[in-house]
Amino acid sequence: MNRQRLILHSMTKVVSFIILSFSIFLFFAGHNEPGGGFIGGLMTASALLLLYVSFDIQTIRRVIPFDYVKMIAVGLLLAIGTGLIGMLFGLPFLTQFDDYFQLPILGETHLATALPFDLGIYLVVIGVALLVILTIAEDDS
Amino acid sequence: MNNLVILPILIPFLMGVILIFTNKRLSVSRTISVLTALAMLASASYLTYVVYTDGIMALELGNWEAPFGIVLVGDLLSSSLVAVSSLLAVSTLFFIFQTFDEEREKAYFYPFFFFLMTGVNGSFLTGDLFNLFVFFEVMLLSSFILISMGGKKSQLSESLKYVIINTVSSLVFIIGIAYLYAVTGTLNMADLSVKVAELGQEGVLNVIALVFLFIFGVKSALFPLYYWLPKSYVEPPTAIAALFGGLLTKVGVYTILRTYTLIFNQSSEIYFILIVLGGLTMFIGVLGAVSQFDFKRILSVHIVSQVGYMIMGIGINSTIAIAGVFYFLIHNIIVKSALFFFAGATEKVTGTSHLKKMSGLLKTHPYLGWTFFIAAISLAGIPPLSGFVGKFILIVAGFMEGNYFVIAVSLATGLLTLFSMMKIFMTSFWGEVKLPKPEAENVKVGSLIAPIVPLLIFTIVLGVAAEPFYQFSLELAEQIINPEHYVNSVLKE
Repeated sequence: MNRQRLILHSMTKVVSFIILSFSIFLFFAGHNEPGGGFIGGLMTASALLLLYVSFDIQTIRRVIPFDYVKMIAVGLLLAIGTGLIGMLFGLPFLTQFDDYFQLPILGETHLATALPFDLGIYLVVIGVALLVILTIAEDDS
Repeated sequence: MNNLVILPILIPFLMGVILIFTNKRLSVSRTISVLTALAMLASASYLTYVVYTDGIMALELGNWEAPFGIVLVGDLLSSSLVAVSSLLAVSTLFFIFQTFDEEREKAYFYPFFFFLMTGVNGSFLTGDLFNLFVFFEVMLLSSFILISMGGKKSQLSESLKYVIINTVSSLVFIIGIAYLYAVTGTLNMADLSVKVAELGQEGVLNVIALVFLFIFGVKSALFPLYYWLPKSYVEPPTAIAALFGGLLTKVGVYTILRTYTLIFNQSSEIYFILIVLGGLTMFIGVLGAVSQFDFKRILSVHIVSQVGYMIMGIGINSTIAIAGVFYFLIHNIIVKSALFFFAGATEKVTGTSHLKKMSGLLKTHPYLGWTFFIAAISLAGIPPLSGFVGKFILIVAGFMEGNYFVIAVSLATGLLTLFSMMKIFMTSFWGEVKLPKPEAENVKVGSLIAPIVPLLIFTIVLGVAAEPFYQFSLELAEQIINPEHYVNSVLKE
């Protein structure tokens, strides 16, 4: 049925994977270099949005059955939860910790509590961006 | 360093997120909401108590030292305002349970209610100008949703105006912040206080001060920037209007009080402008109320008029005047919301808020009538209720500083306020029983009045036991008028 869109569909499958992997790279770069949860989340959202645009909403909803409202809530909980860690040790809210660890395969790695905080932001941004766009897109029905 | 300061912000934020998950289960949502509001009230009251005994508390978020990191500061003014707004939140919740339909409650109402409270409490507690902008946005975005939720056509067109004027003022706010940062190199309020005093508040700093006056003037509905307020507060459900009327403009007043006593406190011209604006706001506001015949619209126009009193007090700028502003602020948050609740209860009985379509409510619903009477005369400033004490302190302060003209205006305004409140009482509560619907006589309103009773008790206690509250306000005003206390506890010099 969608033979005319063959080029679009094949391109989308390749390009969205490139965007997705770059967005994850950006997300992990965030701590010390340009990048982070916000921009990574926006880029992931744009990759998913590309899928929504070139296929249709029903198809993609079957493939990625996420409830974006819940995704925003989970992201917020993760971010607040990271902030609460500091309070458990009697330090101010949002105090961050970081250290270097020897991990198998990865070798010496810099781990920080800023990462789960950023992951929270990442989820919130994806959730908000897609929720807004999909709500407007479905409105004309 | 003490995490107590952040609890009134953190509790509603965290529970608001959790309420997203329980959205479809209404009884669970309601239980969590009440517990959250009570926890917020408890933490805010405890914070006020600790600040009262131990002095101003500052929390450096993320352990970054002030003035580089963001601080939250609990002084007497901010912590007691947080406590009063939490009390109002509890009352509003119980009123909402009675008046909202399930569909509206299930449209993620409770999460946004608590995000609004996060923004309000955050605006009161923050000690950083950019952070204030962020909390303003949190508050505004939630208020956009609450004001347009479940919209009829007229509600949507009024909320559109509300959204536009607030977005524009937020834009100007961020521009003002950029100017201020370019001139002083800091946005920490305590640090700004020091820097502005060092630079001398002249030329460009006075311009920036006026830019901020424009922004906060929009938020607190000052003359001539108040025209958006009356209509947009009439259209949404009464419980929402009560919350907005009680809190949102008062956040604007609080920011004016904070900025012009802590940061821009060098120039007497600005205080003169504040007095003029206060006088115009209160008088023109009350004229609007006198000419109206709609219950809710009279109340919303009165919000404007009452803000005028507070701005006048800030402009007079003496210890007693600031004490009066605080007293009046607390009184107004409580009484104004109570009156809105009464408008909602009356509307539930009669199905209309137009005064001429109802009369004789006192015969069919005596409790509703007399409790409304208490709130109405408290707003008009009849002793021994809290409105009288608040106005009295302000007027005494005005005489002591020699601002006779504006005092005369405020007394005339008080008379017109009394007139417009009595107009409501006489047309709809006195007279022959005439209700739009015959079955209206049997509508029970006991469960609607119950959430208002704590607010009424508060206004009576605040009026009758004025002496201890006045001493508290004086101590608070002492803290405000001598910003070194605030600066020292934040910068630890």
